[in-house]
Amino acid sequence: MVNTKVELCSIMLDNPVIPASGTFGFGYEFAELYDINCLGTFSFKGTTKDARFGNPTPRIAECDRGMINAVGLQNPGVEAVIANELPKLAKCFNKPVMANVSGFSVEDYVYTCEKLDKEEQVGWLEVNVSCPNVHGGGMAFGTSAEAAAEVTKAVKAVTTKPVIIKLSPNVTDIVSIAKACEEAGADGISMINTLLGMKIDLKTKKPVIANKMGGFSGPAIKPVAVRMIYQVYEAVNIPIVGMGGVSSAEDVIELMLAGATAVEVGAANLVDPFAARDIVNDLPRVMEKYSINNLSEIIGGAH
Amino acid sequence: MKQELLTITENKKIAKDVYLMVLEGDTSAITASGQFVNIKLDGFYLRRPISVCDYDEKTLTIIYKVVGEGTEAMAELACGEKLDVLLGLGNGYDLSKSGDAPLLIGGGVGVPPMYNLCKKLLAEGKKVTVILGFNKQEEIFFEDEFKALGATVYITTVDGSYGTKGFVTDVMKNLTYTYFYTCGPMPMFKAIEATAVTSGQYSFEERMGCGFGACMGCSCKTKYGNKRICKDGPVLEREEIVW
Repeated sequence: MVNTKVELCSIMLDNPVIPASGTFGFGYEFAELYDINCLGTFSFKGTTKDARFGNPTPRIAECDRGMINAVGLQNPGVEAVIANELPKLAKCFNKPVMANVSGFSVEDYVYTCEKLDKEEQVGWLEVNVSCPNVHGGGMAFGTSAEAAAEVTKAVKAVTTKPVIIKLSPNVTDIVSIAKACEEAGADGISMINTLLGMKIDLKTKKPVIANKMGGFSGPAIKPVAVRMIYQVYEAVNIPIVGMGGVSSAEDVIELMLAGATAVEVGAANLVDPFAARDIVNDLPRVMEKYSINNLSEIIGGAH
Repeated sequence: MKQELLTITENKKIAKDVYLMVLEGDTSAITASGQFVNIKLDGFYLRRPISVCDYDEKTLTIIYKVVGEGTEAMAELACGEKLDVLLGLGNGYDLSKSGDAPLLIGGGVGVPPMYNLCKKLLAEGKKVTVILGFNKQEEIFFEDEFKALGATVYITTVDGSYGTKGFVTDVMKNLTYTYFYTCGPMPMFKAIEATAVTSGQYSFEERMGCGFGACMGCSCKTKYGNKRICKDGPVLEREEIVW
């Protein structure tokens, strides 16, 4: 029997597989399809202080081995999430959930994190300082080491649960930003958010997406994720939640070898609603194939 | 929603750029006219959402227009090949509101979902009138199929090459009906909205990520809050739509 358990910021996960924020809603849609308690955990839809409709449509464009999205953080706002979404989730998921938070100012992040920190169901706060799809905020905090550290410090001051900062790959030096977050008190780093991309329709000769640009995700970005996780692992001592194009148990192991303690699965959930469950089920087979008895022992194994 | 491997038993051209495909397998997840399926194609990352034209316990009929590389690849598929399909997506039409004499209006590739709806309304003993709108004669399909069901059928073409010259609303404005159901392009919807004298249901199209409500890629605003075209739609009632 292989052991798939990993420990993420003092919380034990049955396995490292975590559906990524924005691809899994608040879980209950997927619970109609399978028992989502088979997952390590999942990161729920990016939540902001106020309700947001998001960007105009079209918000989605297909690319080779991936897709671009510019949803723009559509969510009902933190109060409605706590009042309506979390109770629905409680009926189908009995593990700690990862609360994904976005904001447009340090005060926004503090407000939303402080509220969600008090929710019993929440195990970790994943603070997204890297959304490429909203103007005047989001990614702005994740492209500067000082701003990322400022958000980290402010959120840590009002919360008790582990704070994981989700970083953008759309930067010249992700390592310095990760280190700044660690120094500011972050309990973990999650990476990578989507790569800023664009697709142009040859018939209309205009960008496909109404917002023009969006976040590129899918298997095509996996090598970028592996490289960045590898670099950040060498520079920080806090755990990394890796993501970027993960679609198989083999991909999970690759990101863990690069340095990830746990691994998020994003776009794959949208193509195949059973993707995360299938990866969980396939992990033992792939571990045996590569002579891995204890998954937690391979973290950073490529270094 | 269910994920099934279905076998292609027919895939043929029925009008200019328009193909009919019949798939065989477990179709039990389809529960209403106006739902859609989401098809995985080799070599393409996202699935292709296609409306259900007709279905029974073990077959599914779809009609699709070749508009890009994905549908081009679909047109090349041979009988016997298997497709990974998510079935039973979307809400579908609510038949209970039709009244005795519903009007069905399909424009272009908005025609297919009208077929199973027409079949069901006729089976309920309703007097069904159908208007099918196309640009020109070579694009017309399913006129005979709707007539064979027993509906009163009107065809319109924009260039006047067949049927009534003009738009579906040029016929609609002269008809009496108790309710309407429609699927087609946005300009047609706006013309219908300006012409209709009863309540009705519109089936919308949008670029989708997942097709089952997870990604928020196809959201729209309604009078009753935000809805996802793929999960809370594609059918919206006239009274809730924000134009």
